[in-house]
Amino acid sequence: MSTLLEVRDLVAEYAAAGGNVVHAVSGVSFEVREGETLGLVGESGCGKSTTGKAVMQMPRPTSGSVVFDGVELTELRGEELRRVRPRLQMIFQDPISSLNPRRRVHDIVGEPLEIWRVGSQPGREAKITEVMEAVGLDPAVTGRRLPHQFSGGQCQRISIARALVLDPTLLICDEPVSALDVSVQAQILNLLEDMKARYRLTMIFIAHDLAVVKNVSDRVAVMYLGKLCEVATPDALYAAPAHHYTAALLASVPVADPSVRPGLVPDALRGEPPSPLDPPSGCRFRTRCPRAEERCAAEEPLLREQSPGHLVACHFPLGPTE
Amino acid sequence: MPAPSPDGLVSEAPAGRDGQTTGVLALGAIVVAGTRRRGLGIAFWLCVGWIGLVILLAVFAGALPLHSPDATGLGPPRVAPGGRFWLGTDDLGRDMLARLIYGARVSMIVGFSSIAIGLVVGGTLGLIAGYYKGRIGTVIMGVVDVFLAFPALVLALAIVTFLGQSLQNVVIAIGFLSIAPIARIIRSSTIAFSEREFVIAARALGARNFRIVTKEILPNVVPPTLAYALVYVAVAIVAEGGLSFLGLSVKPPTASWGGMINEGKTFLPQAPYISLLPAAVMFITVLAFNFAGDSLRTRLDPRGGAA
Amino acid sequence: MFGRARGAGDLETEVVETEPGTARMATAEASAGPLLVVDDLHVGFPTERGLVRAVDGVSFRLEHGRTLGVVGESGSGKTVLSRGVMGLLPPGAVRTGSVRFEGREIADLAPDALRDVWGAEIAMVFQDPMTSLNPVVRIGRQITEGLRHHLGMGKAEARETAVALLRSVGIPEPERRLEQYPFELSGGMRQRVTIAIAISCGPKLLLADEPTTALDVTVQAQILNLLEDKQRERFMAMVLVTHDLGVVAGRADHVAVMYAGKVVETAPTAELFAEVRMPYTEALLKSIPRTTDPSHTRLAAVGGRPPDLVDLPAGCRFAPRCPYAQPRCVAEEPPLRTDTGSGHAWACWFPVGTPEGDDALARNVRAERPQTLAAQA
Repeated sequence: MSTLLEVRDLVAEYAAAGGNVVHAVSGVSFEVREGETLGLVGESGCGKSTTGKAVMQMPRPTSGSVVFDGVELTELRGEELRRVRPRLQMIFQDPISSLNPRRRVHDIVGEPLEIWRVGSQPGREAKITEVMEAVGLDPAVTGRRLPHQFSGGQCQRISIARALVLDPTLLICDEPVSALDVSVQAQILNLLEDMKARYRLTMIFIAHDLAVVKNVSDRVAVMYLGKLCEVATPDALYAAPAHHYTAALLASVPVADPSVRPGLVPDALRGEPPSPLDPPSGCRFRTRCPRAEERCAAEEPLLREQSPGHLVACHFPLGPTE
Repeated sequence: MPAPSPDGLVSEAPAGRDGQTTGVLALGAIVVAGTRRRGLGIAFWLCVGWIGLVILLAVFAGALPLHSPDATGLGPPRVAPGGRFWLGTDDLGRDMLARLIYGARVSMIVGFSSIAIGLVVGGTLGLIAGYYKGRIGTVIMGVVDVFLAFPALVLALAIVTFLGQSLQNVVIAIGFLSIAPIARIIRSSTIAFSEREFVIAARALGARNFRIVTKEILPNVVPPTLAYALVYVAVAIVAEGGLSFLGLSVKPPTASWGGMINEGKTFLPQAPYISLLPAAVMFITVLAFNFAGDSLRTRLDPRGGAA
Repeated sequence: MFGRARGAGDLETEVVETEPGTARMATAEASAGPLLVVDDLHVGFPTERGLVRAVDGVSFRLEHGRTLGVVGESGSGKTVLSRGVMGLLPPGAVRTGSVRFEGREIADLAPDALRDVWGAEIAMVFQDPMTSLNPVVRIGRQITEGLRHHLGMGKAEARETAVALLRSVGIPEPERRLEQYPFELSGGMRQRVTIAIAISCGPKLLLADEPTTALDVTVQAQILNLLEDKQRERFMAMVLVTHDLGVVAGRADHVAVMYAGKVVETAPTAELFAEVRMPYTEALLKSIPRTTDPSHTRLAAVGGRPPDLVDLPAGCRFAPRCPYAQPRCVAEEPPLRTDTGSGHAWACWFPVGTPEGDDALARNVRAERPQTLAAQA
């Protein structure tokens, strides 16, 4: 499998009120191989959504490199960047807000074909019908309606259809199921897996729900306050997390099993995460980490390979048996 | 009053009112309190009916069997309404009914044309400022703020004095004055929609800015703006009324409602109807525009998902 | 503080610490009748299209100091239920049925009398702390308001109590926080403040409506632990409304599952998870991704959507989406039947794990009914 997307030292900062700077993403590097799904997980404020948008150059990151299929996206301007867009598509969190309330579903899904003047009129109609059926919607019935007539899950299907109509290579899903009910969530997750197989997509799946991320991903990257803590395959990560934050995160997930003791939140994870306006020096998690030492404040841990395919950024990572 | 829809979301309450027309609307609200519905109730259609009637009469005035509005001495001066002259005669023996209808022409032309100017010019400025933000937005809104700071009456006076008194110049003056407030409304509406995810999605699909503005944002901005525009037409009519009362609008003997009020003011004790009839007609017309605009705004905003 | 497994005998024998202003003996309370009895509660909202039956005949009872978890998706009526119990419905809502709190009927109380109940007897914690706290009033005042109104405290005493409350809910530097506004606090802290306000006057019942849904998962765990601690300390009963079965699994004594305005299954927690009877509950459990499952596990999604609450079907409301559905389900609505031995009640003609149920499922499989991908329209 070749590397489709390579992100190096991505930094995304933006100005906040009072001359402050929000360090949303501070030097994140990862790669996504063709055909795989990379899960990007973290709590609110960790920078995962900003990372996704920075990859899309919407807006352009403050610094860093994003190489997509051999092309350096950060150097593309105007028309050149526009031409790459059909190959990188995005799905958003709020299903209803992602659709223009005044346009009919058929036009919404067909819009990309109009923009790029793809094929002939009958050809476009066929493509629209194809993707709508692929996502489980009846084109004849749903095409004529407006978004507000649909439920959240159906709106998300429409968004997926719109994203697929140009046959993209990379699909970035920014919290696509967070706003949906549990039963609908399962439908959409299954749908995304099916679409990935059918359209041979590579995906970046951004979410805060650990179980959801594990379900769809081939590899998972955990973010905290703008930095990557740990990257590994789901089974390795969830069974034997190396980073203390990952371990705490996993321990906090409510499990639908009454025999499991809930919320064994270590005392040290109490308190609030630091502000991205003024992140701690060295390791950003050190203020809440039970294992933190002086070295953690002085020296920022870099992402190192602890075992094959398992990267962790920690001076004192948890061993495989801890 | 908001009621939860089946998916558990509570619909938004209508937005607050424009201070200018509050008093007028209070009266209207009392009148139609019984028919309050979320949809367009009977009161709305009554207002539309009145506006339609006024427009029709204004447009087809020439074809109607009316006396000439300018002909003096058609009858004795200051004849009360009823009898040969349905609405009486004014101080110069002119037919009040004909003058009212021809006066409607002036009000309607000024009302609609000036707001059209405001929508086209102000709308374009607002869209650009709202979509591009940044430096372009700041510059445009800076200019708009300067216009807003001008005392409206003084500016209107200046324009009319400089360009001369005519219907066209009144339209220009009031139209010019409406650019700034409309630009502001459209700009804030544009900003709200530009931040919605479907606009980001359009950009991600590779749509050019022009396409995004015209196909994604404009269709969302236009409906609530049209509702506001009706209210602004009312303001324009009142403005014209004020100007013609001061003798700055169309030159006599052309009939205009404000001019008629002015002409009749010295005869208030003995023939009050000369001033009060045009005042009443203007009042009802302005009320109708205000109420219709407000109803539309209430109906369009929440359903369009602007929240 | 680590969580603990819920044991039946935990509560009766504990001596309750007293927070200022509240004192309650667990043993005395435990011998009285149930704290809350809801009987055939209906809540409807008249709309242009008809009456939205948000809660359609719900009954349950809650003992002192116990936790009831109410689980459901959006549109199930769980939020309206908690508001309906409290009497906190928007004007125009139609409510019938009985709500007896400590033997007293509160469903027909006048607004004044109801206001005396709110805060002092029954309190509510809402989902979004950003909107449930007044953004223009300082935290201190929002807490002391209730103390002074319900408990008649003086200004100084109320302030002292407020500081103690903030400290007890885990907010550092409580004196400083009193002077702050809600926007100066993070989401988790705001929710702690909301909890502090809710428990300040020593209510016997706490209605927590999705209290952690808007929070990050690490903060969620902290808040849920906090609620549990406060409940134990003060011997408060709690109704925990949530969409997350994981949240109730470890923290509720009893779980009630709601669908389309009705309670479709209710049982003691362990019993519910061990012996699921209602196909909807089973479908919910099967469709949740778990961290213990391998990646790319195919989720057993249940197709379709919940019914329109204005235009409800005659039979079982879950029938159009149910893998077990038979003609009888469509024609006749199953009543909620209780198995007195286990305390487990369900509303189904062909329950999971019974011979009828297995048979029904097998029949559907043979007929190749679209079980997991019902038509979406």
